[in-house]
Amino acid sequence: MPKVDLIEGFRNPEHIKALAKLIKKEVTRKINIMEVCGGHTHTIMKFGLPQILPKEIEFVHGPGCPVCIMPKERIDHAIELASMPNTILATLGDMIRVPGSKTSLQKLRAEGKDIRSLYTPLDVIKIAKENPEKIVVFFAIGFETTTPMTAVLLDQIIKEDIQNIYLHINHVTVPEAVDAIMGGGDAKIDAFLGPSHVSVITGYKIYEQIVEKYNTPVVVAGFEPTDVMESILRIVRQFNAGQERFVDNEYARAVSREGNVKAQELINKYMEQREHFRWRGIGDIPKSALKLRDEYAKYDAEIKFKDVLPTKELDDHKLCICGQILKGLAKPYDCKVFGKACTPTSPMGSCMVSSEGACSAYFKYGKLVAKGV
Amino acid sequence: MSKKILLSHGGGGEETQSLIKDLFFKHFDNEILLKMEDAAALTMNTNRIVFTTDSFTVSPLFFNGGNIGKLAIAGTVNDLVMMGAKPKYLTCSFMIEEGFDYKDLETIVITMRDEMAKSGVMIVAGDTKVVPKGGVDGLFINTSGIGEIMVEGISAHNLKPNHSIIVSNEVGNHGACILARREDIELDTELKTDCASLWKPVEALIEAGVKVVAYRDATRGGLSAVLNEWAETSKICIEVDEDKIPVAPEVKGICEMLGFEPYEFANEGTMVLCVEKGEEQKTLDILHKFEETKKASYIGKVNDKYENRVVLNTPWGSSRFLEPPKGELLPRIC
Repeated sequence: MPKVDLIEGFRNPEHIKALAKLIKKEVTRKINIMEVCGGHTHTIMKFGLPQILPKEIEFVHGPGCPVCIMPKERIDHAIELASMPNTILATLGDMIRVPGSKTSLQKLRAEGKDIRSLYTPLDVIKIAKENPEKIVVFFAIGFETTTPMTAVLLDQIIKEDIQNIYLHINHVTVPEAVDAIMGGGDAKIDAFLGPSHVSVITGYKIYEQIVEKYNTPVVVAGFEPTDVMESILRIVRQFNAGQERFVDNEYARAVSREGNVKAQELINKYMEQREHFRWRGIGDIPKSALKLRDEYAKYDAEIKFKDVLPTKELDDHKLCICGQILKGLAKPYDCKVFGKACTPTSPMGSCMVSSEGACSAYFKYGKLVAKGV
Repeated sequence: MSKKILLSHGGGGEETQSLIKDLFFKHFDNEILLKMEDAAALTMNTNRIVFTTDSFTVSPLFFNGGNIGKLAIAGTVNDLVMMGAKPKYLTCSFMIEEGFDYKDLETIVITMRDEMAKSGVMIVAGDTKVVPKGGVDGLFINTSGIGEIMVEGISAHNLKPNHSIIVSNEVGNHGACILARREDIELDTELKTDCASLWKPVEALIEAGVKVVAYRDATRGGLSAVLNEWAETSKICIEVDEDKIPVAPEVKGICEMLGFEPYEFANEGTMVLCVEKGEEQKTLDILHKFEETKKASYIGKVNDKYENRVVLNTPWGSSRFLEPPKGELLPRIC
């Protein structure tokens, strides 16, 4: 591995302390900042940033965790697909831990179903080639960050003329989700931290509409603690400077205005917007997700296996307030079941399932602060 | 739906603990087992011995810096050593899958011989089973061991405020090395496992009369599991400083890329030590003389701020509880 420091410099204690000092000195008003991305929630909690920030800065944890926003009926899709005879279901990361209405992929795997948790979607090709007599379904999840990988996968499937792979597409998009949260009118959000990896693909131009429409600063931030601190300082300064609001790019080492154009083209080639997609906890958001274009319908697991996929919409347990949390209207601690009936080992709501979920981050990193120490 | 064993039940975290406590301890209930030490301390006639067993199912069987055979010796030797015992005799069972390569088996056996020489142990009894294809994944090895207690009173139950915590090496190397080699990740790295027998450095500590309260090798569940288990068994709080915990840059990189904590990664030749106040420098001076413990570092202290808790302090003034590892280690999505 080449010796390039991509970590230590961005965790320099002196820099972090200096940034905290500047924010404290310059902040003039209460600012509710929504970090849209679950990765930022993780950084904020893991590095204990609220403990060193002035009380004027309040974090509101946004909907940017792809596992968290997946409605139960779509998890049931994965479960039904994995239960089909002669089938291998592949998906990413902790998706396999999320409970659907009856069971989870993890439990199904223990019962002998062939379920693979992948690190890269392209492994699907290898699995399909090694198992030519089986059907391989890739349950594709994620925001704009992971969508290009699914597009590349389909590109390869077509080029290599592989016949036994189907894709179940659950890719969702950031701007529509932010719009849905702000459009409700009840969310109390003054500024946004823009996602890091999503923006690498999309470019920061996708946030320009949000700034225009809601008059809120957006600062695209990297995932390291100095990135987040620097971005908060930039938000504070934007408020102090006057009325003009704009998209600022702190993560300039990876993000440009236009983004990864090649990746965008590949996505557009194979996918198009869905009319509607139901987000767990938020509800229906128009045009907030992608599906395969009609000409690639023969690879679409939702079409091919339509008969086995349940259609009934399923809501969370009444006590679960993930929806409120995703909208920024509540904190995990406001939930009656947080840390009691709902824990990472037996989650009731989606925010507890994924390591990028707000509740999981609070559970893992936030308890000491909760004690008031 | 009937309850099933999940992979997370073997991960060394919370689920493993509940499987052990709710099932095994319930039915195998006895005072010695319930002490939950690395090895059982027994009295045979008037001789004080320790006795332990461990099974090795690592995949891949060969990795950077070692193989399953090295683990099978070092793992059991270390469990004995962690009780302040001189490792003496081992037994060894091989469960071999039909069709396994003879040459590979020989390589593994030779590695075991060489690893045994480092602490002067012998395999004095054994067993071999060959199972039909698919019965095991290549090769599983079980080793059991007996050691002679050289110093009494080493126990995870004895931690008290003002004791100091030392870790003997960088943490997470083995876990990261295995993860990088996993078929579905295949990272290109020069990272090596930390796998090593720890008798020599511990023998030196015993000979120098260093007042060690407890030793524990940070295997499954890593540093985090050890500290949390100690905090729980001794009903104290352990407070450690993040910037003092040695972590190799490659391990940090792998953790950042995949979304893991180095403190939760398995180690196979790294121990955590709790020593009495004032013994820190002496301990470090001795450990630094040995290759396998030359990166030993003082990481924190025992106090009574909380019961059963581990506090991790960042160098910029924030803190959090270091939670015990949970669930199966799954790479993050994006």
